[in-house]
Parts: sequence; C-alpha cells; structure tokens
Amino acid sequence: MPFIEMRGITKVYPNGVMANHQVNFEVEAGEIHALVGENGAGKTTLMKILYGMERPNAGEIRIRGVPVQIRSPFDAIRLGIGMVHQNLMLIPEFTVAENILLGVEPHRWGLWDRSATLQTVRSLAERYGLSIDPEARVADLPVGVRQRVEIIKVLHRGVDLIILDEPTALLTPQETQELFRTIRELVKQGKTVILITHKLREVKAISDRITVMRHGRIVGTLPTAEASEEELAAWMIGRRALPTLKRPPARRGPCILRVENLSYIDEGGRAILREVSFEVHSGEILGIAGVEGNGQSELVEILAGLRQPTAGEIWLDGERLPAGTPRRIRSMGIAHIPEDRLRNGVALPLSIAENLIADRYFEAPFSRSGWLNPGAIRRYAEDLIRAFDIRAPDPEVPAEALSGGNLQRVILARELSRRPRLLLAAQPTRGLDVGATEAVHHFLWEQRSNGAAVLLVSADLSELISLSDRLAVMHDGEIVAIFPEPQRLSEEEIGLYMLGLRRQPLEREEGS
Amino acid sequence: MSEAEVLRAIFSVAFLASVLRVTTPILLPALGGLISELAGVINIALEGIMLTAAFVGVVVSAYTQSPWLGLAAALLASALLALGLAFFHLELKADLILSGLALNLLASGGTVFALYSLTGDKGTSAALASRAMPALNLPFLEGVPILGPILNQHNVMVYIAFLMVGVIGLLLYRTRWGIHVRAVGANPEVAASVGLNVRALRYQALVLSGVLAGLGGVYMSMGYLQLFQRDMIAGRGFIALAAVFMGGRRPLGTMLAALLFGAADALANQLGALQIPPQWVQMIPYTATVSALAIYALSQQRVTTRHRPLMFPRTQTRKR
Ligand SMILES: Nc1ncnc2c1ncn2[C@@H]1O[C@H](COP(=O)(O)OP(=O)(O)OP(=O)(O)O)[C@@H](O)[C@H]1O
Ligand SMILES: [Mg+2]
Repeated sequence: MPFIEMRGITKVYPNGVMANHQVNFEVEAGEIHALVGENGAGKTTLMKILYGMERPNAGEIRIRGVPVQIRSPFDAIRLGIGMVHQNLMLIPEFTVAENILLGVEPHRWGLWDRSATLQTVRSLAERYGLSIDPEARVADLPVGVRQRVEIIKVLHRGVDLIILDEPTALLTPQETQELFRTIRELVKQGKTVILITHKLREVKAISDRITVMRHGRIVGTLPTAEASEEELAAWMIGRRALPTLKRPPARRGPCILRVENLSYIDEGGRAILREVSFEVHSGEILGIAGVEGNGQSELVEILAGLRQPTAGEIWLDGERLPAGTPRRIRSMGIAHIPEDRLRNGVALPLSIAENLIADRYFEAPFSRSGWLNPGAIRRYAEDLIRAFDIRAPDPEVPAEALSGGNLQRVILARELSRRPRLLLAAQPTRGLDVGATEAVHHFLWEQRSNGAAVLLVSADLSELISLSDRLAVMHDGEIVAIFPEPQRLSEEEIGLYMLGLRRQPLEREEGS
Repeated sequence: MSEAEVLRAIFSVAFLASVLRVTTPILLPALGGLISELAGVINIALEGIMLTAAFVGVVVSAYTQSPWLGLAAALLASALLALGLAFFHLELKADLILSGLALNLLASGGTVFALYSLTGDKGTSAALASRAMPALNLPFLEGVPILGPILNQHNVMVYIAFLMVGVIGLLLYRTRWGIHVRAVGANPEVAASVGLNVRALRYQALVLSGVLAGLGGVYMSMGYLQLFQRDMIAGRGFIALAAVFMGGRRPLGTMLAALLFGAADALANQLGALQIPPQWVQMIPYTATVSALAIYALSQQRVTTRHRPLMFPRTQTRKR
C-alpha cells in the first residue's frame, strides 16, 4: 500500500486556469520521489493541495490507505506532511531558534524559555547532522543556510514526509551537495521526500522514482534507473528530441565595457567589491561564477546604475559612465535582466503592455506632450509578444498572471528590443524549465551575434561553461581568475576557485 | 522673565519633573501604537480613543465619585472602541487607516455631543464635579536631593506609564504571546503556516493598544488636567505614532522619543510666560515632532542612497 495516494485530483483556480486535471499520484514510504515538469505544469499546485494550502475541486487523498481531509497546513503537519516552499517561510528579523520553534516555543510560567529553545534547536541540529547557529538572525544568513533552518523547522514538527519545492534553485553546487547529503540522511532515518526541480541532472543523481507532469496532467511515473535525461525532457515538453543548440562562433570586436578598480563598501561598512577590474568586448559573453553573496549581485547593480560604487571607474565604449540615474544609464545602451525578477524586473499588477514600455513610455510614439497613446502602445506590445513568443491571451493581462518562463520573456522583450550595447544578465534562467531556459540561451547568443557585450552572472555552472566565451570567478569581492576557454574546465575545478581555495597568479588575470 | 531666568527655569528640577508629566500622555499611547504596529495593524485611532477615555473617565468619576470606577469605565470604553476598529478591519475588511480616521472624527464630535447633552456646555466639563487620580508619595524618595523632587509626588498614571515600558518590553520580547504578535506583524503567512491565529492575535494587539491609549486619555482629564475639554488630546495620539517610528519600533527607543517630544512640550509650557505670542509657543511640540521626523528620515536616507539600490531597497519590506 502506498504511503501517499492522490486520486483524481482536479484543481481550477478562480481565474479559470485548470492547474491539475484528474491527477493520480503515489508516493512510497522511504523513497525520494522527484516531481518534474515545465513551468506552469501544476507541480506546485499539486503539492499545495497535499499540504492543505489549496483545496482541490475534486479528488481524494489517502495516507496509508486511509482517506483524509487536509484543510490547512496545520492539518497536514498533524498528518505528518511538511513542505519547504520555493520562497522560504521564515521571518528574517527573528533568530534561527525563534523561527524553528515559532508557535511551539518552550515556556515556563507563561514566559518564553530562551535557554530551552536554544537547547532544543541544538539537539535537533545534532540529530540530523545539520550545523547551525541557533542565535544567528535569519536575515544575516546565506540562502543555503536559511533553507537548512526551514528543513529543521519542518522536521521538528514531527513530519514523515517532506516536500521540497525547487530547493536547489538558489543553491551553489556545494550547497546542493550538502542538501542532497541531508536528504539521504533523512531517508535513512525513515523519512520520505518529494523533490520538485527543473534540473534533470539532480533528478538522476538523487531520486528513486520520477513523476513527470505536463499541462496539469501526469505523463507518467518511472524508476530513475530506467529514465534518460533526453527521454525525461521529451516527456516534459511533449516532443521527442530537443534540438541541441549549437554554439555560434564568436566574433570578438572592440572593448565595450571596461571596469577599473571598482570597490564597493556597503552600509554596514563591509567591503563587498575589492578593486575589481575586467573588460567585456563586443560579440562576447563574459560569464561570472561565484558562490552567492560574493559581490556578483552588487557588481551588476552598480553597472546598471542602481547602486553607487565607493571607488573605481566604469567606461562604456571609451566614455566614462556617469554616476546617474538608471534612466540615463539605460539611454546609453545598457540593458539589465535583474536577478530578482519579481521585485525588480516587472511590476506585477501592471499589464504586459505597461511592463514592456516601462522604460520608454515617455518617448514617441508611446506618449506625446505628456499623454499616453494607447493605440501605439498596444500595437508595440503585440509586436513584441509575437517576436518573443510570450504566451498570453492579450497585452492587457497583468504580469502576475504569467508563468515564470513567460514573465522572463516579457523582461527579455523589453531589455533586448532596444539592441543594447551592453547586456547585464543576472541569473536569467533561475527557476525556468528546460524549454524556457533554452529560449533564454538563444536570446543571449543572438545578442552576442549582433555585437553586444554580454555580462552573464549565473549560479548554474554548467550554463556558464556552455555559454561563456570567457569566465571570471569571484570570491569575497575579488575576481580570483579569468579563464579564456571555460569549455576546457571541469565544474569541480571552477568550484575550487569559487571557494577561494585557489587563485590565478595576478599577471595572467587579464585572460586572453 | 529675562533670558537668564528662562534658562534657569529650563534646567531646573521643576522643569525636569514637568517633562515626565507631559511625556506620560505621549508615552502611554505610543506603547499602544508600538504593539499594534508590531502586529502589522497600526492603530491610527489612538487619538480618538484617548479623547473618549478622557471623557468617559470624567463623567463616570463625577457620577460615582470614584476615580477608580472612572478609570475602569474609561478603559472599558477604550477597549470597546479598539475592538470596533479591529472588527471593521479584520471582519469587514475595511481599510485600517480610513477606519481609524473615522473613529477619530467620531470621537471628536461624539464627546462634544455627549458633553452638551449632559451639561449643556460645549467646551468643558467644569460643571461636573469629577474626580482625579491620586498623586503618589514615594517615602524612599522623600528628602533625596534633586532626584526626589524630580521623581516624587507625581500622579499615579505617570508611574504606570514608565512602568509600562518595562512591562510591554517583557510582554513583546519575553513571552510567547509577544513572539507570536511580532511574527504576525512581520509576515502573516509565515505565522499562519505554523498554526498561529493571525486574526485573534491582531484583535488582541489592537484591544491592548486601545487600553494603553485609554490610560493616556484618563491621565489627560483626571491627572494632567482635572476636567474634560473638547479636543483636549491635541494631536498627542499622532505624536505617539511618530514616537513609535522614531524609536525604531522598540519599547526603549519609543520611550526616548516620547521623552524628546515631552521635553518640547514642557518647553512650550515654560515659554508661555514670556512675551512671545502664545501661538508661536504652542507650535513648538508639533514643530519639534516634524523636524525630528525629518531629521530621522534624512539620516536614514543618507545611508540608503549611498549604498542601497536607488529604487527598490533589498531590505525586507513590511507586509500588512
Ligand atoms: N494562485 C493562483 N491563482 C491563479 N492561477 C494560478 C495560481 N497559482 C498557479 N496558477 C496557475 O496554475 C498553473 C500551474 O501553476 P503551478 O505553480 O502549479 O506550476 P509549476 O509546475 O509549479 O510551475 P513552476 O515550475 O514555474 O513553478 C499555472 O498556469 C499558473 O499560472
Ligand atoms: Mg512551482
């Protein structure tokens, strides 16, 4: 008898989207079950139903053969089901211990028992072999550690099944390895794990069985040993073979971006960037690898005009970049695909059309003497929606109604339609499925062929290796290496530089 | 009074004692505002609740001849008003700010109407023989130089106000309830996901903030003054909210900010004796509030523009 059984689950959201259609899904006790599928396939929805965050319109859930009603996450936890969300459910202002024991704090005479809280958290961490400082503020922790906090929090509530929704999207290769060790340890202790991810390599590495979803339905479940990556990808997107993208030859032109001795000290007085210098030429992609939080994000934000550097110079096409507003910097031909697209990339409640003209609404033909021209805006949006293959019924649809992949296409459409001289792409494929990732890679290469200089920051090393013409590695705010031919390197080798265990001798740093 | 005399008056023991007196009706509602703000349901109605409590306290103490019954009735009225605000916002989904403003307007008009119905006077309750809360003599401070005259012989509400700083601090940071309230304010979804009852906690926080504002209101009409006057709160409920933010949303900081505003208030009282038009003097507390807030905002901004992204700060945005 399966541990978890979901039968005939159908879910229609109030907006009419049928996210799950007659889904049958089974999980065996003690297995690691991977759930894969394109953006919008309905994976998160199915798991939210299991966790009591959404109610299905039809269908039944059984646990060890017994039909159950799961009306809230609270019900789910009582039934032994816990979930770690894509966006972690932690309170940044609180300490690790406060977060883990929130709602179940030990207390004496009505007063919160702080020492017992710390003690409980320490013994929990020990039991599951996770290292953690119970008194650290969550806001100060890197994503990988935050995730560990969330996992301990869920475990403490005594669950048997842990659902992990895209847990590796924000992790470095090392952190991912750590997480996988934790998962294996949990299974050894009798827990069951459901893992949602877009990275097929990870699926192959850790899961026992795989279920593939497409368009709200289950395509099939199969043992991991019997699945090849190509086959899985084909199941997910519904066609047999993925056209393998061929890397177009590079045509390296003149230097477009030159950064000299750029330093940045943050509000807390910490040195985030230390005398960073590099160049990006026309027609090349410079990749930047690094463990999250080593200055890559700040570097991109400085180049995009969103932060002011503390020292150093930035030259664009031989012209010194002024300390200016983002609008001024954009008008010089710099485009920016931001890392946190939901916050900095789009205005979620605004329509697709409004998002597409967000940086040019003040120009003709979109507005004249202060009045917007709805006809011109609509026509323009329709053109871009077609050109960038954004799947949306209408330009007036609010951005928040789009799936992750389509949202990213809206941003790409806005940023690339102006033929930038310099494209700053920060984590452009984070959380995107195979098909959408492929589209983004295609667009990046197209910019490169058009002669743009592309700066690519990504947490996905294999992506960096396959896309970059040169690869820089950042550690603790410094560029510790620049490799002219990243395709000749292994991920492990780059990892050594990312962790600061190795660095290139200075004179070789300017690469080619 | 010459300038030298003014200076002597400002740095006198009597002045410092008066700072404590005028800080009290700012500090009590500020602590209430702090709790509601931390719970994510900021109480804009502090002003109206104070006014209502001031009125109810006077009337009930006049009819029963017991200040304690007056206090009890005033606190009950405050709790009910806050409960009403919570009901409008949490059940009927009315906007919290608008409901709070409406409550303030209601209190302003309602107290005058009730006062007129009871006494035939639209301005003050002078016709009612109302009672005041007692002053407290602390024997251990008797005869102590400097500190004695500053700290002793205040109205009981003054001591309660400063005691409350510790009590509320303990409540917010050392009890489960406090942790839960702060969690609900920081992120209601997270709080709900661990089984906390967001709505119940917000009800409790709002009612408690109402009771604290009520204490401040009672002090105004049964301690600081000994009668009710129309609109006698004169913006203290709003200055209290300013103190919450200037104090960094922490109990001790809130107290310090309240003391700052209290000092400005006391200064205005002292200068009243001078040959300056009284309108100018009366502006001092409000000008002080606005300038303090502006300076505070500027000091925050200096840090922000130099180091953070211009448009979308990465720091946790507060969720309502
Ligand atoms: N709260 C919601 N209201 C309306 N529609 C929703 C809601 N949540 C999801 N949807 C829609 O339901 C469909 C399935 O979404 P779901 O989040 O389950 O997909 P997913 O497989 O998790 O995708 P991803 O890989 O991008 O996370 C999508 O079309 C999505 O737009
Ligand atoms: Mg999802």
